[in-house]
Amino acid sequence: MKTLPWTSVIIICTMVFVALFAPWLAPHSPIEQSLANKLLPPFWQDGGSTTYLLGTDEFGRDVFSRLLYGARVSMTVSALALLVGGGIGLAIGIISGYVGGRVDGVLMRLVDAALAFPAILFALLLAVTMGQGLRTIVIAISLLLWATFARVVRGEVLSIKQRDYIALARVHGCSLLRIMVTHVMPNVANTFMVLLTLYVGVVIVAEASLSFLGAGIPPPTPSWGLMVAEGRGKITSAWWLSLIPGIAITLVVLAFNLFGDWLRDRLDPKLRQL
Amino acid sequence: MWRYIFRRFMQGILLVFLVAAIVFFLGRFTGNPADLMLPEDAIEADRVALIEALGLERPMHEQFAIFVRNALRGDLGESIRYRQSAVEVFFSRLPNTLMLIPGVMALALIMAIPLGILSAIRRGGIIDRLSGTLAVLGIATPNFWLGILLIYLFSVQLGWLPSARMGSWQHYVLPTVTLGTFLVAGYMRLIRSSMLEVLDSEFVKLARIKGLSETVVVWKHCLRNALLPVLTLWGVFLSGLVTGAIVTETVFAWPGIGRLTYEAVIFRDYPLLQAVIIMDAVLILFINLLVDILYAYVDPRIRLTN
Repeated sequence: MKTLPWTSVIIICTMVFVALFAPWLAPHSPIEQSLANKLLPPFWQDGGSTTYLLGTDEFGRDVFSRLLYGARVSMTVSALALLVGGGIGLAIGIISGYVGGRVDGVLMRLVDAALAFPAILFALLLAVTMGQGLRTIVIAISLLLWATFARVVRGEVLSIKQRDYIALARVHGCSLLRIMVTHVMPNVANTFMVLLTLYVGVVIVAEASLSFLGAGIPPPTPSWGLMVAEGRGKITSAWWLSLIPGIAITLVVLAFNLFGDWLRDRLDPKLRQL
Repeated sequence: MWRYIFRRFMQGILLVFLVAAIVFFLGRFTGNPADLMLPEDAIEADRVALIEALGLERPMHEQFAIFVRNALRGDLGESIRYRQSAVEVFFSRLPNTLMLIPGVMALALIMAIPLGILSAIRRGGIIDRLSGTLAVLGIATPNFWLGILLIYLFSVQLGWLPSARMGSWQHYVLPTVTLGTFLVAGYMRLIRSSMLEVLDSEFVKLARIKGLSETVVVWKHCLRNALLPVLTLWGVFLSGLVTGAIVTETVFAWPGIGRLTYEAVIFRDYPLLQAVIIMDAVLILFINLLVDILYAYVDPRIRLTN
């Protein structure tokens, strides 16, 4: 058995801690501008100071504070999108797998279609038609998640369906809904947990990409993707604006992926191919 | 075989229809498309005129029928920003994106096949561990940031390569690497795991018992079979490639359809975005069909059974 990936756990815990306590941890306001202090480099470079640990952007906003608040955006969006998208996927997977027949056929064709088409396009369309905001981005990212969740959960349910306890429950006269909720669902819980962990990384990258493309949480709220986008034009003179938030994204995604791999091997080795 | 291809084709048509329907109804249910198409300071008379011109006062199903009929004629509306047919704008940009693809595919195959095979043969060895780390990193690094990082290293710091727009062959290097990374990472792991499976199979044992050299066993008997999942999972990768192209072309100011998608979002050019999405679906339909035919050709099990 692989040992717990401690580095990942520490990064994830830090991320959650920072997201929860950003207002107390941040030395400056993430949105307040101070043009006198614009484009200061991080403290270890010439001209930098420990007042602005990771430097400031072109409006004089503290990059470190924005980074801390950005963790909040990432975590909120991830939690909500996984809840909504994962939840819908779980429900569809259970129904499709357990009810079977024509229902299964139709739902799985829908899943196929959803997987064949890049969800980001609908996400962008939503941002244009509904306007940017938390609601839009959560719906958009849920669109990206439900199909994979549904497919994996369905596969699991197909084998659970054959077990004796399900037959017993049916003989006992349990309703369809009752069997699905109290007998099938608890048995896909492990798979669902593994999927959730493995997909945190996907959601964080999706949120950052949408923000980068101008379809995420609207400015001035700091999101990591938006920070990368804003710093892009200044890459020749102020590298820290783009590169630092990118490092944060990569580290956190890496941590969640490695932790997810570990959890999968531990709880549900069948999912190896994921 | 043709029945299989035909079924896949019909599924693709269904996908395009679904996408078109979603695009159509999303625009109608979340507000009046006229408001999305007009500038913010438009006067009421213009608004009424546009609503009439687009037939937006008619019942929804009639509007949808008109929309589908126009779409079949290749008319998906006019781009607000370019003031010309959105489909024409799409086709004028498409070649630039297609020109990126050969490089990306070549990079993916040249890197992924040897590394995947070597990691499978020497499981747990140095190459396996190195390429494993590389794959994990490649998957975790967001495309857009990788592009900016490469620009910083190779354009700003070293000054070796240009950072934006099209031109000489040097312009292709950074976008190709940016777009290709996730493909390399994905294929590498895929080929490794399917190689491991194939190496363990009966026909490989037989080939070895026959006394064939290890080179022939690995490169001829195993690789052919190990490459099948690469085709099977192509659809998923294609979807990732479209997503990647949007981000990569945005970073490198590459005038392809990815960048066009970004422009449509930024300038709130709703008809253009609508057209790009539907045309992307058509494009995906054709590419997948091509892969299906290839797949049927490579895997006799599909060609011979129905």
